[in-house]
Amino acid sequence: MTTAPFSPNQSFTQLPDALGRFGFYGGKYVPETLMPALKELETAYAAYKDDPDFQQELQLLLKDYVGRPSPLYFAERLTQRYARPDGSGAQIYLKREDLNHTGAHKINNALAQALLAIRMGKKRIIAETGAGQHGVATATVCARFGLECIIYMGVQDMERQKLNVFRMRLLGAKVEPVTAGTGTLKDATSEAIRDWVTNVETTHYILGSVAGPHPYPMIVRDFHGVIGAETRRQCQEKWGALPDILIACVGGGSNAMGLFYEFVGESSVRLIGVEAAGESIESGKHAATLTHGRPGVLHGAMSYLLQDTEGQVVEAHSISAGLDYPGVGPEHSYLKDSGRAEYYSVTDKEAVDALCRVSQLEGIIPALETAHAFAYLETLCPQLEGSPHIVINCSGRGDKDVHTVAKYLGNNEL
Amino acid sequence: MKTKDVTSVSDCFKSLKERRECALIPFITAGDPDLETTAKALRVLANNGADLIELGVPYSDPLADGPTIQAAATRALQRGVRLEDVLQVVTEVREEISSSIILFSYYNPIYHRGIESFLKQIKAAGVQGLVIPDLPLEEAEIVLKPATEIGIEVTLLVAPTSPIERIKAIATKSQGFIYLVSVTGVTGMRSQVATRVEELISSLRTTTDKPIGVGFGISSPEQAKQVKDWGADAVIVGSAFVKRLADVTPEEGLKAIGEFCHSLKQAILQ
Repeated sequence: MTTAPFSPNQSFTQLPDALGRFGFYGGKYVPETLMPALKELETAYAAYKDDPDFQQELQLLLKDYVGRPSPLYFAERLTQRYARPDGSGAQIYLKREDLNHTGAHKINNALAQALLAIRMGKKRIIAETGAGQHGVATATVCARFGLECIIYMGVQDMERQKLNVFRMRLLGAKVEPVTAGTGTLKDATSEAIRDWVTNVETTHYILGSVAGPHPYPMIVRDFHGVIGAETRRQCQEKWGALPDILIACVGGGSNAMGLFYEFVGESSVRLIGVEAAGESIESGKHAATLTHGRPGVLHGAMSYLLQDTEGQVVEAHSISAGLDYPGVGPEHSYLKDSGRAEYYSVTDKEAVDALCRVSQLEGIIPALETAHAFAYLETLCPQLEGSPHIVINCSGRGDKDVHTVAKYLGNNEL
Repeated sequence: MKTKDVTSVSDCFKSLKERRECALIPFITAGDPDLETTAKALRVLANNGADLIELGVPYSDPLADGPTIQAAATRALQRGVRLEDVLQVVTEVREEISSSIILFSYYNPIYHRGIESFLKQIKAAGVQGLVIPDLPLEEAEIVLKPATEIGIEVTLLVAPTSPIERIKAIATKSQGFIYLVSVTGVTGMRSQVATRVEELISSLRTTTDKPIGVGFGISSPEQAKQVKDWGADAVIVGSAFVKRLADVTPEEGLKAIGEFCHSLKQAILQ
């Protein structure tokens, strides 16, 4: 692991700059029509993020509606699995974002952005969704505040995540099927942006990841920053020190940024992001953007991107709909290039194996996305010395994935 | 390569201004239905009153485009159309037509190739202008500077949502002309052109001497005339051409776009 060529603390935590850049990455590559709306959002966010009324309302809802703080749970049997004969080995803790209302971390951001939208006077909400978790979270907060809600979702993802489609409709949202491309998250995001271009004056776009044009990567990161902030406090309470290693899955990268951001200035804390290697890297059917992509522009930001030799964006592949995205948040690209964070990838098979393992060892069925983070323990733990404290972001629950997993395992009776 | 009296985008507008004429700029997606038809279409358009022609480079994620142009780009990509092929078509027809050619490309393929080599390559092929729909003013400098040196005019877009200070800044930087987006929305045919366009043209007039081209959503001779009467220097029509080429056989499509192009030009000559 190379060390970061930056002085600790400030250089990482003070980004993005005024142009929305994380070093070389980020920015605003969008049609002119949206530029004033991005500015408006930036201004509103600057005005409200430290506003006592906004914060009070948000904190109360995070506590009583979302159920925060989420527990930091010691995974005893998972820890035992990786213990050496002398009993030493990684001490594995789970940040239980799966216990949040709606079953994933996504609600932290959806809730806070809805409060912003209300203050900006926008009553029509649009969002994109892949696995459906962000769509469900957005539909949930729209129901809670009486906002009109339209969710764009690729047709292939609608098939993979039927349960979440039903949940969104039950919550009163309109789910718009997107048939373009391969009908996955990339196409749903493009369609949501087109809707926003058309209805920008009445509509707020609740973007669900740390991707997209500035200020979204910053806003979404900050609204998920509660994950890392609670983790720091909980680590202090449980063992009186910082964690040694943080692990999170990375599609767009929101749950990872939410956990990492609090610790980017703590150079002793290893930050590990795990991407989807899909069927395998060699097959070309993967979503390993940071580990196998090259810099480019998608959905308004410069970042690592899966693209062909002509600069056309290629389709990603992953068993997990939430990681099935050819782009990634620009701050991750910056953390990668600077050497501050490490990124690896695991295959569909490794993820499914991990999902089964965690289910049987801990009685917790993680989302397929989250299972990628767990899968990397198999590689990481044998490399470690001593008994470092690992925190895995258990970013979502796996109920939505049981059909996909059953199909993958060829056991339809499961 | 020596070309037939092709002028820069700016010079083209200058001579139109001397003739007190409003320019017609048709848009077609390169490679749809196929490259051979694109080459023919460029000739047909040039012979039927197109003063400049906007040629769309197919892209996988055309954020600013509505369903018609999205579908055309997808079909072209499925046929394996690449930038080299598009530029080959330009080179092929360049000596035969006098209309300036403006390439319409999203930013990633340009960035991916390297901005300077992209600009040099399109210049060598015989392109005069460039429009990049997802490259707003803040990000444009990196392209504008080398483009000026290489001799490609990069036209920036102004939207109905752009505040006046921003419009001024964009107008200052835009090269060739200013592309006024007539709708808050993506490309595609609309039954009416928003009356707000009239206001936007007049407020642009107070800030710049550069020609103003109005596009997005214009699909009939009546609408083209309306926009010209409001004071536009150019009328840009896209989806209505793309659709006419896509709906029928190439021969029928070429005939249809020729007639349509002629009718648009006649409408704005009145």
